[in-house]
Amino acid sequence: MASITIRDVRKSYAKMQVVHGVNLDIASGEFVVILGPSGCGKSTLLRMIAGLEEISGGTIAIDGKVVNTLEPRERGCAMVFQNYALYPHMSVAQNIGYSLKVAGVPVAERAQRIQAVARILELEHLLDRKPMALSGGQRQRVAMGRAMIREPKVFLFDEPLSNLDAKLRVQMRSEIRKLHRRLSATSVFVTHDQVEAMTLADRLVVMNGGRVEQVGTPAEVYSRPASRFVATFVGAPAMNMLEGEVTLDGLSLLGGSRKLNVSRAGLPVGSKIAVGIRPEAVRLVAPGTPGALDATVDLVEELGAGRVIYVDLDGAAFSVVTSETAHPAPGSAVGLQFSEADLHFFSSETGSRLDVFKASMPVPAL
Amino acid sequence: MVERTPILNFFTHLILFVGFVFCVAPFVIVAIAASHSLKEVNDVPMSLLPGSEFWVNIKTAWTTADLGPKLFNSFVMAAGVAAGKVIISALTAFSIVYFRYPGRMLIFWLIFVTLMLPLEVRIVPTYAVVANVMSPYQAILDVTGLSWLIEKVSGVQVSLSLGLLNSYTGLIMPLIATATGTFLYRQFFLTVPDELTEAARMDGAGALRFFIDILLPLSRNNMAALGTIMFLWAWNQYLWPLLITTDASHATAVTELKQLIPNVGGIPEWNIAMAGTLIVMLPPLVVVVAMQRWFVRGLIATEK
Repeated sequence: MASITIRDVRKSYAKMQVVHGVNLDIASGEFVVILGPSGCGKSTLLRMIAGLEEISGGTIAIDGKVVNTLEPRERGCAMVFQNYALYPHMSVAQNIGYSLKVAGVPVAERAQRIQAVARILELEHLLDRKPMALSGGQRQRVAMGRAMIREPKVFLFDEPLSNLDAKLRVQMRSEIRKLHRRLSATSVFVTHDQVEAMTLADRLVVMNGGRVEQVGTPAEVYSRPASRFVATFVGAPAMNMLEGEVTLDGLSLLGGSRKLNVSRAGLPVGSKIAVGIRPEAVRLVAPGTPGALDATVDLVEELGAGRVIYVDLDGAAFSVVTSETAHPAPGSAVGLQFSEADLHFFSSETGSRLDVFKASMPVPAL
Repeated sequence: MVERTPILNFFTHLILFVGFVFCVAPFVIVAIAASHSLKEVNDVPMSLLPGSEFWVNIKTAWTTADLGPKLFNSFVMAAGVAAGKVIISALTAFSIVYFRYPGRMLIFWLIFVTLMLPLEVRIVPTYAVVANVMSPYQAILDVTGLSWLIEKVSGVQVSLSLGLLNSYTGLIMPLIATATGTFLYRQFFLTVPDELTEAARMDGAGALRFFIDILLPLSRNNMAALGTIMFLWAWNQYLWPLLITTDASHATAVTELKQLIPNVGGIPEWNIAMAGTLIVMLPPLVVVVAMQRWFVRGLIATEK
């Protein structure tokens, strides 16, 4: 159990900087998920915590102790790799116990601890097998066992579920969560899968282009995205974005074809903004309903539990999620209705969130 | 191409059979000749039916050429060279693939260049060095004038000398350096996933620990392949052992075979010569048969 303090950490390869001054505090026992698209620097950040990657600038401290120059083995971290990275020539037991062997733990104690870990992960009957003879999920569990046996201060996960099929991924996800509840060790989990991120995280760190865009609980990140990037990256289907301009009496959307009556607070007339609405927050109403935007249905996607309806709003693509079974046919006209409280506003220039339009935004209780 | 028709099957087997005959015929003739008496082996044409003198000829060849100790010498040399090559090439490749240091690429290319300098090309300097391992150092002392200085100051004449002629070390050492083996290992190490290296680092294994615990077991097949090839290559060496073993006690079986080959005008004892050849051929054959399973695996595919 340990806290991690990351201060202004940078990473550059030759001339290219990939991580630009990241600051992050991870509390002891917390499960933090770093979410971002590929190439956003999330794995690099994780590998810097692990000690597999040199830190170009800034400091990383584990339990208050700066670890910048320490070897991976001295940092007390254990890592689960994306491709499991099991030693192919060793049996499951040897794989799990290798770090103890390196550390010179006596054979008897080693066997005992391997047994204990195998029991937690339900690997007892597989201890003599080679990784070749295991299924993906079993390999994944061995990789976790290898991390667990060292009783590390910090668990690091580098997209460990991305090689599993969808069903197994859901299962392993809940196993990781249960395991964390049981061991309550500080964990950092890197993924590009937002469902994984939302379900696992105590706190979510959204990264983009080597910078942290937002840190918060999954609910916070979903309901109050700090930037346009976070708004469109978290949530599926992605949040609808409409370009707009501040006018004297509110907002004009889509090049002036639609209007929105909201108070413009301090924003100067003529400034460009983007308005976001979650597809889940839109209601389909009859075309011509007062206060609704009229649009044409393009495509309907059946999801079983619900339907995604893609509509055309004066040339802009817009999606609506509805749980109603009866839905308009492609080509028909519909009205889109939403409450002002569900609107998100972002600056078109900086992409950052603008809260000037409303005094308060309701945040769901956690 | 996977296609199966009776005619195609017939032709492929025919080609296989012709190839087989070409490969095996010389051995069969050697074995038959080794079983004939002196008179039968010199008949024209020689009878292709086995004679009855096989064991007699083997025994004669064994004693005439003193093959017991010679085979032992050959074995020591071939095993030494094979082991040395495997160890040195694994270590070299490990250094080249897993460490970043200045001059790494230069060293890599220097090793590459030695591919173009087989022993035969550099045999004179190599001989000179083996005859006196210290000669390069002596040359440095002489050229810099240090030996002159030492002689003037202390009155001692500097003459460094350490000869390796007629020794196993001399037989083995110059043959150990190998670019081929280094390449084989390098290619193999490059296929080992980086994550494995990182997992070992996370597990606390240092460089040497990783090499011994992870890389070496993973490269067993490569080791067997390289070891087998190099054993055969070293066993068949003729020029080098001939050159540096002036004393029969360190001669190898291959060089001693010539003792059995009849001189011009001598008794044409080809049956004895063939029997000796058979004996000398046997150990490499045993090695190939014993190692072929790993040998083939090591050369054709990376382990899955």
